[in-house]
Amino acid sequence: MNKVVAGPDVATHDIKDGATLLLGGFGLCGIPENCISSLVKKGIKELTCISNNAGVDDFGIGLLLQRKQVRKMISSYVGENAEFERQMLSGELQVELIPQGTLATRCLAAGYGMPAIFTPAGVGTEVAAGKEVRNFNGKDYLLEYAFDADFAIVKAWKGDTMGNLIFHATARNFNPLMAMAGKITIAEVEELVPAGSLDPDAIHTPGIYVHRIFEGKNYEKRIEQRTIRKA
Amino acid sequence: MSLTKEQIAQRIARELKHGFYVNLGIGIPTLVANYIPSGVDVVLQSENGLLGMGPFPTPDQVDPDLINAGKQTITTIPGSVFFDSAISFGMIRAGKVDLTVLGAMEVSEQGDIANWKIPGKMVKGMGGAMDLVASARNIIVAMMHTNPKGESKLLTRCDLPLTGVRCVKKVVTDLAVLDITPDGFLLRERAPGVTVEEIQSKTAGKLVVPSTVPEILF
Repeated sequence: MNKVVAGPDVATHDIKDGATLLLGGFGLCGIPENCISSLVKKGIKELTCISNNAGVDDFGIGLLLQRKQVRKMISSYVGENAEFERQMLSGELQVELIPQGTLATRCLAAGYGMPAIFTPAGVGTEVAAGKEVRNFNGKDYLLEYAFDADFAIVKAWKGDTMGNLIFHATARNFNPLMAMAGKITIAEVEELVPAGSLDPDAIHTPGIYVHRIFEGKNYEKRIEQRTIRKA
Repeated sequence: MSLTKEQIAQRIARELKHGFYVNLGIGIPTLVANYIPSGVDVVLQSENGLLGMGPFPTPDQVDPDLINAGKQTITTIPGSVFFDSAISFGMIRAGKVDLTVLGAMEVSEQGDIANWKIPGKMVKGMGGAMDLVASARNIIVAMMHTNPKGESKLLTRCDLPLTGVRCVKKVVTDLAVLDITPDGFLLRERAPGVTVEEIQSKTAGKLVVPSTVPEILF
């Protein structure tokens, strides 16, 4: 079984205007840079993007926002992006803010084949508006639904030709969850190796969840807050 | 003298107990890591997927794939572990994290907290705060006692959209240490040289003042 495709343009060939995308990453850490560039280049519009953050003005999902390719963002934290804030306050961009753990677990539910979850996050806040509340053992929980997304686009450190993935450090974040949650999952990796080269015990995402894989190029890996101490 | 941000962090660090798993929020809470008492062994959890967060890196240690929840470059300590965001919030939801320290715009006398949105002005999002406050066993808020306009941030009820209800256990401000009790804000300690009257005048919510309120010692 070989899931390798030539590159980001081929991997995203059937993403059409109006698609719903899950995009991995936390801030700019572990984002699928190659696929985002491809979507920007192709000018795919009216996207619904589900991602923890919205990039910065000139990098990550910010590049799609800059060109007004995004209709709706579903995120937990969207600071650090002036253009995003402008589009949101002017009403050009729809924004749904949801708790970070809820975002993660709605991905997990999709990947686990479960329609919904109950979480205490947001009980008693405006996040709970219109949602079913259920009491278990004296504590209230909100019903939250599994994501239903057309594509998941993730970034891994290593992958093999069968689509098995290994992530590095905190660049793992939402990537393995979103990989499980897409109807079609596209993985871009820093290093693509033949099947059999990865230790089966060390694989984070089983290849069954991954439909297309390619080795990305020219990763910038931009750092948002370079914080250092004196040597 | 009111406390500096570093002193607020230093005071909160005394609440850390040996063996605690601790989640520190962005801002003053991050500074708590600099004042962990010697002999107290704690493990810092970063909700983007790390247990065992270490200090900031030296220039040659910087790894763009290794950041904290504030998106700052960091290092790990021996025995650290990486995981995905679902496990991260799983351990938070399951009550495995012993203490959460976070900032706030407002806290109510019942322990409600608001820290994610100012309608029409600031919309950054809640990040992991709603998950943390809904599940953490012990939540300490680190904040200034008043906002930049001089208005109290300790209220009867929060005016801003809530992050969580009846969840905060303790508040450490530049003026005081207060416990949230069924009777309101219980004044436990005051900043050196700050009077009970000043704290009373800057606390809009119900303040309970015991017969003696010791100064915080440094």
